[in-house]
Amino acid sequence: METQSVLNQAVCYHCGDELNLSKITYDEKEFCCIGCRNVYQFLSENNMCNYYAYNDNPGSRIAGLGHFEYLDEPTIARQLIDYTDKENTIVTFYIPAIHCSSCIWLLEHLYKVNQAIFNSRIDFLKKQVTISFKHQQISLRKVVEILAGIGYEPLISLQDVVKEKSNSVNKSLILKIAVAGFCMGNVMLFAFPEYFGLSELEKNFQHLFGWLNLAFCIPVTFYCARDYFKSAIASLKHGMVNLDTPLALIIAVLFIRTTVAAIFNTPSFADTLTGLVFLLLMGKWVKQRTYHHISFDRDYRSYFPIAINVLKEGKEKPTSINEIQVGDRLLIRNGELIPADSILLKGEAWLDMGFVTGESDPQQKVLGEIVYAGGRQIGEAIELEVVKPASQSYLTGLWNKENYKASSKTTNFNDSVAKVFTITVFVIAFASAGYWYYFNDTIKAWSAFTSVIIVACPCVIALSTPFTLSAILSVFDKKDFYVKNTDAVEQLATFNTIVFDKTGTLTSTEEANIHFTGKLTEYEEMLVASLLYQSSHPLSRQVLKTLQVKKILETEHYEEVPGKGLKASVDGVEVFAGSKRMMPFSINAKENGGVHIVINNEYKGCYTVEQQWRKNLNLLISKLQHKFKLALLSGDTNKDEQYLKLVFGENMQMLFNQSPHEKLNAIKQKQFHGEKVMMLGDGLNDAGALKQSDFGIAVTDNINNFTPGCDAILKGDSLHYLPNFIQLSKDGLKTIKICFAIALIYNCVGLFFAVQGTLYPLVAAVLMPISTITIISFTSVATRYFARKNNLI
Amino acid sequence: MSILYFLIGCSILMALIFLLAFFWSLKNGQHDDVHTPGIRILFDDDVTEEKSDKDHISQ
Repeated sequence: METQSVLNQAVCYHCGDELNLSKITYDEKEFCCIGCRNVYQFLSENNMCNYYAYNDNPGSRIAGLGHFEYLDEPTIARQLIDYTDKENTIVTFYIPAIHCSSCIWLLEHLYKVNQAIFNSRIDFLKKQVTISFKHQQISLRKVVEILAGIGYEPLISLQDVVKEKSNSVNKSLILKIAVAGFCMGNVMLFAFPEYFGLSELEKNFQHLFGWLNLAFCIPVTFYCARDYFKSAIASLKHGMVNLDTPLALIIAVLFIRTTVAAIFNTPSFADTLTGLVFLLLMGKWVKQRTYHHISFDRDYRSYFPIAINVLKEGKEKPTSINEIQVGDRLLIRNGELIPADSILLKGEAWLDMGFVTGESDPQQKVLGEIVYAGGRQIGEAIELEVVKPASQSYLTGLWNKENYKASSKTTNFNDSVAKVFTITVFVIAFASAGYWYYFNDTIKAWSAFTSVIIVACPCVIALSTPFTLSAILSVFDKKDFYVKNTDAVEQLATFNTIVFDKTGTLTSTEEANIHFTGKLTEYEEMLVASLLYQSSHPLSRQVLKTLQVKKILETEHYEEVPGKGLKASVDGVEVFAGSKRMMPFSINAKENGGVHIVINNEYKGCYTVEQQWRKNLNLLISKLQHKFKLALLSGDTNKDEQYLKLVFGENMQMLFNQSPHEKLNAIKQKQFHGEKVMMLGDGLNDAGALKQSDFGIAVTDNINNFTPGCDAILKGDSLHYLPNFIQLSKDGLKTIKICFAIALIYNCVGLFFAVQGTLYPLVAAVLMPISTITIISFTSVATRYFARKNNLI
Repeated sequence: MSILYFLIGCSILMALIFLLAFFWSLKNGQHDDVHTPGIRILFDDDVTEEKSDKDHISQ
């Protein structure tokens, strides 16, 4: 039944939104709004309707076009452009709206829209498009306007997402893997005859093979394994032992034995050496796996536009935010962000500080008052004078504080094991060498000493950790929990305190309940619906959806005041809808926000938007309650305290009306008392606390939205899986420890041969891959088992 | 059997050529985006043809 109704439901041909009364029919297709229809019309005129052929309703709704005048300013444009010469310019944009194959098709056929754009290429996973155009025929601004016009507005912010993501580190690692793999393959080829026993004829080749093997080992040791030596030397200088120390030692010993073998024409360890380095590098590569489409290092700059209008001698001039100086006069329009702390000089300022404080009701500021950076102006254009440059404002101070946690000095399991491991191996190696030396067998002593070091290779530990943790990482991301890297997964297992933010974290930003406080007759509802029908403001559309009216009445003298509301005469009756400031007389309603309604000079009531608590909140809390200390830090008022006490219990610490700095300090205080704190937050107002906490999780309803810098990003719908995530990471650590035990068994077998000085290279060459394969298959099986146990698969 | 020496040399040379080809492709950025080309190849190229057909009929 339900699927049937979904199928029958009419949706917008362009964006797939549910159609309501206000649908527009064009070209026998139905659209939800003028914006969608315009895009369709534009595409069909340019013969680009293939866009709709690859996916149903591929478009996204246009939220209103931005201003791009600043792109005409050469200094600003220069910051964005990758390359330019006399004729051509290449620029790369980050476009969050890219989501399906239709997007690729459309954006790669931009040349159909304008001949001057001669090439455009998409990198789908990174959501980037690289556009080449002839700048004499089309300006950068025009290119961006075309993109915005078809619903793909690039995100141009102060923090350049495109340029900060370079993957040069990864490239050098891949080069090393390629070299190691190449050498390993060739060495194996020459080692095979030896495995099967050499005939008389083949004996002639043995000498050649020995030298060839040595030749292949040189790049592997001195190029591919260089980082291990560097890291080992660096840690020894500090008097410490990390996991790289025994690894570097083994590689060195293997190389020496291979050299000796080549000289004396004996079987060599070249295959073990190359195989070991290849596997270690593979482990490193698995560990470095990251998400291309998510950035974990965003700061306030991602939220800020790249330029703002500065008034100079009565003229507007777009200026880069970095160049704004104290004393500059800024012009801020409706919906624009204030980039620096300033004094209000002109106009009526209604600032939405939701970004900074989490409080959503706009605040009014009077002339001469200081307005803080991060506020969004709602209403008419205002003029400000800058008192502090953007980089030193109250908000950005959250990032500039230097007393954040020292970058993870926590030693992980690996490094702590490595120490014990190295010492044990040395004791055994020296003991066996000493034993054979005592019996005057110098050759056996040397052989036993090196064999012990080779066979006791901790490569299994070096591999089990990245493989287990990255397997967990991919289980997490199937449930929309994106952890920054494998180290963070390991840290996830170590918390005792969890701190929640309220708005946007425990409540959902997308779902909202709309209530009307008063009562409307059917006719009055029709009047309101007819008025709202004219507006494309999201709140109007939300309210309109809840109204079930039969027809839309005629509207005259329609007027929409940005940031305030709407008015018109509908069917001859004066109707007002919007904020209190829009109403013709002052109103004593207790609701501040919402959509107030006045019909015929009579106040009727208010549509209030209530935040919806996330589903399964009770379950989540009751699961966490026993294992962790919970706390709540909210920037909002304490209006929900009663409900929260019911959910969290009476004893929980709850702090309301917290400023971003107070949140940060609250976390710091907890850490001072020895607690390890995990913080869940959403907005910029939690950014400081997220960064200060030992593990910050940004909760968001849309993964593509900007989230503040953090260790992990969690989709709001998956919040109730949090206990399972934590449990799985604990199980992951358990898996690593079991791997370690398995490795020890293999090592003991190897040691049995090694201490006797009879470790034939073949044994080492067989033992190492077998133990590696065992470990890798064990980690993936164990991870799947634990994931199933925790209901994550 | 000394031909084997020559063959071994050949095999290493061949392998080296492939290794260098891989280096070149990596430097060239061919592995930067391994997802999009897979989608791109599925797009039809028929739109321009359609247009010319229409023109033909109208004439």
